[in-house]
Amino acid sequence: MKQTRIVITGIGLTAPNGNSLAEFRKNLLTGVSGITTIEVRYMGRHPAGMCTFDPLKYQKKKDVRIGTRVGGISIYCAREALADSGVDLATRDKSRVGIYLGVTEHGNVETENEVYNISQFKYDTKFWSHHHNPRTVANNAAGEVSLNLGITGPAYTIGAACAAGNMGLIHAAQMLRLGEVDFALAGGVSESPQTFGIFAGFKSQNALAAHEDPKQASRPFDQARNGIVISEGGCIYTIERLEDAQARGAKIYGEIAGYHVNSDATDYVLPNPERQAECVRKAIANAGMTIEDIDLINTHATSTPQGDIQECVAIAEVFKSRSAPPHINNTKGFIGHTMGAAGALELAGNLPSFDDLIIHPTINVDNLDPQCNIPGLVINQPKKATRVDVILNNSFGMLGINSTLIIKRFVA
Amino acid sequence: MTKEDCQKLVIDIIADIAPDEDLSAIKPEIRLRDQLQLDSMDFLDIVMELRKRHGIEVPEADYSHLASLESCAEYLTPKFSTKA
Repeated sequence: MKQTRIVITGIGLTAPNGNSLAEFRKNLLTGVSGITTIEVRYMGRHPAGMCTFDPLKYQKKKDVRIGTRVGGISIYCAREALADSGVDLATRDKSRVGIYLGVTEHGNVETENEVYNISQFKYDTKFWSHHHNPRTVANNAAGEVSLNLGITGPAYTIGAACAAGNMGLIHAAQMLRLGEVDFALAGGVSESPQTFGIFAGFKSQNALAAHEDPKQASRPFDQARNGIVISEGGCIYTIERLEDAQARGAKIYGEIAGYHVNSDATDYVLPNPERQAECVRKAIANAGMTIEDIDLINTHATSTPQGDIQECVAIAEVFKSRSAPPHINNTKGFIGHTMGAAGALELAGNLPSFDDLIIHPTINVDNLDPQCNIPGLVINQPKKATRVDVILNNSFGMLGINSTLIIKRFVA
Repeated sequence: MTKEDCQKLVIDIIADIAPDEDLSAIKPEIRLRDQLQLDSMDFLDIVMELRKRHGIEVPEADYSHLASLESCAEYLTPKFSTKA
């Protein structure tokens, strides 16, 4: 059966090293990291990726006060994506617009803040904020976007650990194909550096990055990598059925060619390269492609000693019979791990390769780990490619969830 | 504490709760909701801030006393005085 074609027509993002696609891409091509250090409650200073967009660009001060950080990130990205798409929501049936945002976790920030707050009042719960529940419901990020834009269609989040950014896009494509909505705002968002619990959890797991220079703390595939840099960020796309996009003469960034989502079912935190490889293979099959069609793989690798190797094992296995390897890169050296935003944000950083044929590098690789030395890896310097027609984007998460999304150059 | 002092404390709280509002020309006798963009959650914020900053409790049955600056001062000034 021929599937309805789904295309990307707008991009809004905020990353630790850029508040627009143009700024983000420029910094990816010129080696500019956005990692700094922040004071983490109870834990001192740690490397982290923080965004510098102006929250008051699209929100009133009161809305910023009442809402959450991730709500503000989501509103900024959604508004930027809409502006980029050229769609005027006033001319649309807002009940036919969907908002689908991937999140790794939600509620930790506000719950920690309230526990700290009542600790200042001898743990008397009458000082617990009445804003806590609307701030911590799992649909908070999408709900704040719906309030800000007056969108009355389905607005919810997709909890999928660090595979979530891809999942927002995948789910939007599915809903458009089902005819549930006519236009979607979809992607992933993260406010994770605001919660000490994420830092403390990774620290206890021996998976929290440490480096005297924060800009070198996130170093996927390097021998000296020692863990994750926790970052915030967001990336939201406008997604449409091709005929709708063409009818309004939309600019088209790319077409969703295929995807796959599966589960390891083997461990709470440790990845499973067999299932990752299966996810990649099934996504390629879903796109009606072969391994020869993939030009660029953006890896999920988070700069942990074991996880990076596992993904390299999976990719090497899938592409072992290919005559010349695809280009392979990683974005986390620049921005750390933006958790629920990672899949969507890292894809955005690579979409301009369709136009400029440049592969942004994986940075901070001083000594490539031999176990990560897979053919095609683009290290430290951008590389000019002869062909970039298909980008494969991996995002994997805890509890063994894997997502692979394939975007192809739009050809009418 | 005078009623004017009390009104000023309430305005300080409202300035944080409704930071987009111009509070320079609030009429004390007019309902706050008729002059400012305040909803029921904002009034809960006022109650919470009175509790946090000044140790003053406003039972739910008395929320109507917070309708205007004038009624706030009428109701809260004795509470501040008792506390002092």
